[in-house]
Amino acid sequence: MKNKLKNMTDTNLLLTITIIVFFLMYIGAIVFQGKGFLKPQTFFNILNANAALIITSVGMSIVMITGGIDISVGGVVALVSMSCAVYLDYHDGNVFTSILIALGIGILFGLVQGYLVAYLDIQPFIVSLAGMFFARGMTTIVNSAPFNVANEKFIALKETRIVVPGMGSVNKKGVYVNAYVEIGVIVALLVVLIFFFVLRWTKLGRNFYAVGGNKQSALMLGINVKRTKFISHMICSTLAGIGGYVYFLHVGSGSASHASGMEMNAIASSIIGGTMLTGGVGNIIGTFFGVLSLSTIQNIVSSAGFDQAWWTGITIAAMLCIFLVIQSVVMARKNK
Amino acid sequence: MNTLKKITKNQLFIPLAALLILAMFNLIMDPGFFKITLGQNNMGNYVLSGYLITILDSGSELAILAIGMTLVTAASGGQDISVGAVIAIGGSAMLRVLCGNDPKPAQLHAPIIVAFLVSCIVCMLFGAFNGTLVAYFKIQPMVATLIMYTAGRSIAAWINNNTLPVISPTASPSFAYFGGFIPGIPIPTPVFIAIICMIIIALVLKFTNLGLYTQSVGINESSSKLNGLNPQAIKLLSFVILGLCVAVAALIKVSRIQTINYSVIAKDIEMDAILAVALGGNALSGGKFNMPASIIGAYVIQFLTTTLYKFKVQSDALPAYKAVVVILLVVLSAPVVREYLSGLKKKIKAGGKEVA
Repeated sequence: MKNKLKNMTDTNLLLTITIIVFFLMYIGAIVFQGKGFLKPQTFFNILNANAALIITSVGMSIVMITGGIDISVGGVVALVSMSCAVYLDYHDGNVFTSILIALGIGILFGLVQGYLVAYLDIQPFIVSLAGMFFARGMTTIVNSAPFNVANEKFIALKETRIVVPGMGSVNKKGVYVNAYVEIGVIVALLVVLIFFFVLRWTKLGRNFYAVGGNKQSALMLGINVKRTKFISHMICSTLAGIGGYVYFLHVGSGSASHASGMEMNAIASSIIGGTMLTGGVGNIIGTFFGVLSLSTIQNIVSSAGFDQAWWTGITIAAMLCIFLVIQSVVMARKNK
Repeated sequence: MNTLKKITKNQLFIPLAALLILAMFNLIMDPGFFKITLGQNNMGNYVLSGYLITILDSGSELAILAIGMTLVTAASGGQDISVGAVIAIGGSAMLRVLCGNDPKPAQLHAPIIVAFLVSCIVCMLFGAFNGTLVAYFKIQPMVATLIMYTAGRSIAAWINNNTLPVISPTASPSFAYFGGFIPGIPIPTPVFIAIICMIIIALVLKFTNLGLYTQSVGINESSSKLNGLNPQAIKLLSFVILGLCVAVAALIKVSRIQTINYSVIAKDIEMDAILAVALGGNALSGGKFNMPASIIGAYVIQFLTTTLYKFKVQSDALPAYKAVVVILLVVLSAPVVREYLSGLKKKIKAGGKEVA
């Protein structure tokens, strides 16, 4: 057992811990909270509500693996949803262009932040802090009052449900209800799969790990460190743009207070998923389970009757604390 | 030329230049910005008012936090993002001691000094919690303090059972002094508190080795360990000092409104405090620091905020403008850009000589 532990790479070890914890937690939820959690739809609802968080967390993980951080994602999500909402409602726009707007905002943030971080060598924290301020401020400048979108085509897209075959359940009236997911979940799963593949089997993906693990030796190996950093920020912001649209699709409204604290949730999910802020260690599948763990514990807390908002904050923090300590202890023991 | 180079190389140059540019901008747009008037406030005291006084007054918390943040940044190479949340905790603890279980007490349950000391201890404990995670568990400061950032405001609400205690002037007229005016003194009290904090830290840095030790731990942890320092203890100490600064800031914040709003109090102040440190030209990756530069940086940020408010910028839109200024500042002070600019200067000079 001990040898096995030693032979595992850091990434795989932390991933295993995350997945085990998630399943333990879900089983615990089923045992203590009753049958609600046994229904597949409960699980799908968690996915529906957190599709955007999954997408942004994937981007966050990539930046963190490369050794940086991006705290502007929450702001970008808010800016995207507000801009798209204003475009769709006030300018009678079509849905396709609104998706392009979302992508455009994400790419623009990625370009600027990536350039500043990679080529001007400014600390990513400061750059993305300014990015967050800018995005949040711009959201208010675009439109300060929150409102619901009434564009018919958009509503149609928002209401589209994808039925998951064989997972339905019988409700209280005895009618069989199909289990469903929203479009955003499909997007999120695609993003997870694509970037899992990219990180594991492409040159670019391995470069991310190399740069995050040790910048100096990556440079010696002939890796273009600056470009790799640039691309990681580019991907993160673009994914924040996509995540913003998915978020928008889920809530269907624009508001300056949307996605507040999402950057912290994304960082927390990545950490719970075994990504280390020092860089070089991390896994997209782990991030996926990180988001699920985070939202499962939120669900448990709220369905256990601790409705007051403060319990959610405290439990997430406690979980983060436990995970951080576990990680640091495991790593310290392993490196002995 | 040499003196000019000396001036621009000085760490105080960037924040002072930023301050000067802001002042010039205001002077051109509206000279009335600098007017200070002596008027009577609603309590009947003669007090100074004007934009400059506002900046000095409301920049106090930021300046106090910048002191602690500079030390934490220097020692640990990271920042504490939980200060806003811990201010909420400290303020909440203070009100809990002052009000007991009664949200609107007719008189205080404890002297203010006791409440303040309790709040100090609470804030230092939370600082120690962050510091322990950073120093002994070797977790990056940003991540370690993320825990308190998410939980802090919830804990603050929980301390007072989610009630919002109010200290009315009849219960204690003196509680409002710390964030307002002491009768007979026309300058706002927070300014004095900030000055006292600055004097204390100046004395500490002058007469103890705190500054030297923090810098050496920040520059190279293992070599300072070989030199007989205890890096972990120094990191922990820097977080505890920040906790103390947070408690003082919490006293001012709560005293200003004589009540507390858990989700709004000191919101985003951690970002401003970090910016103050960065604006002061201190490396956010730790090591050497310059305390006066950080403090001036804090006032520059407050200057900017007040200027923007004066031009009727919506408070929610404020961050966008701040972001642009911050990006400009960090781009100009980035080593790469500086090198490029000095190279350009040399080229121009060489070109000029050839022509001549």
